[in-house]
Amino acid sequence: MIPALANPDRFMAFSRWAAPLLGALAVLLLAAGLVLDFTAPPDDRQGYAVHIMFIHVPAAWMSLFVYACLGGASFFSLVFRHALARAAARAAAPLGAGVTAAALITGSLWGKPTWGAWWVWGDPRLTSVLVLFLLYTAYMALDAAIEDEARAAPATAILALVGLINLPIVHYSVVWWRSLHQGPSVLRAGGPSLPPVYLTPLLIMGLAYLTGFGALWLVRIRGEVWRRRAAVMAMRAAA
Amino acid sequence: MSGFSLILRREFALAFAGGGGPLVAIGFFLAMTSLLPLALGGSPERLAGVAPGFAWLVLALAALISLERMFERDYEDGSLDLIALGPAPLEMAAFAKALAQWATTTAPLALVAPFVVAALGGKTALWPIITAAGLTGGLAFAFLGGIGAALSLGSRRGGILIAVIVLPLFTPPVIFGAGAIEAFGAGLDWKTPLLFLAAYALAAAALSPFAMAAAARNALS
Repeated sequence: MIPALANPDRFMAFSRWAAPLLGALAVLLLAAGLVLDFTAPPDDRQGYAVHIMFIHVPAAWMSLFVYACLGGASFFSLVFRHALARAAARAAAPLGAGVTAAALITGSLWGKPTWGAWWVWGDPRLTSVLVLFLLYTAYMALDAAIEDEARAAPATAILALVGLINLPIVHYSVVWWRSLHQGPSVLRAGGPSLPPVYLTPLLIMGLAYLTGFGALWLVRIRGEVWRRRAAVMAMRAAA
Repeated sequence: MSGFSLILRREFALAFAGGGGPLVAIGFFLAMTSLLPLALGGSPERLAGVAPGFAWLVLALAALISLERMFERDYEDGSLDLIALGPAPLEMAAFAKALAQWATTTAPLALVAPFVVAALGGKTALWPIITAAGLTGGLAFAFLGGIGAALSLGSRRGGILIAVIVLPLFTPPVIFGAGAIEAFGAGLDWKTPLLFLAAYALAAAALSPFAMAAAARNALS
């Protein structure tokens, strides 16, 4: 699929219908997930605060998934000097920063009623997600600071790949601290520990986030391609 | 004389000729130390409690301030072009530059840090671990900082951009170093975090010259 889409014309033809399709799917899944979320009974211990989970957990999943997309696209951009891969990396960064910020903010809102604090300093999960957010910010800052596109592409790709190596190290280095944060409850040995009444809406919301990201990513890559075409046309008109 | 030692000698000469060598970074360290009691209040117990962690954090920050000169000066006056054209690989030059950065900036800070901790009333028994963590962690700071310095070449945003790029990469060494200092003070196992810090620093020294050289080539192209 990726080699076929490496051709910009083929990519534009594909994304022209794929982006709206994914977007519509995301809206449907989001609606279904929210209905199931609001009809789910309150948790024994957390009460209604458990509803934050359906917004928070998929955002946290996506924060890592989008960075993997950013890293993968940066690899193709750096090694094969592919313009579309660079557009994909550039388009993914603000989306990743957005879901990571959403995970941090909803996590903070969830932490206050359940842990009694907005933020716990030194906690492994919280610290590594905050560093992930800072890596997205660094990527965007470097991208914005280098005006020459031919130089910005490799420089940002190097930074994204260095961050990709660094991220697991951040995660495991802070694991030594004791964590308040819940361990894995869905992807774990012995099957999910959540009851189906919570697991089903959570997985639907996860798919909604995934399709929503896919739609927005494609739209943003299309925007990058249009921007580049407009720049070329402006150069031609001036010459 | 080999290319490596030539570049190393040049870096040392430049650091001591124009910039006063490690004195600027040490001055920054001491200025931050004099501000700390003004911000936190002069209560001796409070200062003694935060002294080791503060010294470790300011060491990381002081390692940042001289990064801007690491590649930018050579980039502007064309020396970097000459080094890239020369027979020695650019990766080796980047390694030499980062090593010189460590020897002239972060390593002297590691030697000053125990005095700062003692001046703030921290436990003097901590000095071996602070120096050891500072010397090893400083290696990581210099090499990772070099990546940020090389990436921001020609961006006209300089210092603050380097800080934004480099500080997320400083997180693991800061965590390992603080863990080692804390464990040493509490009489717990301090060797494991120190070894992790050494592993991170050596991996950074082995890998980051490639990233620095790639970024510098990109800026020169």
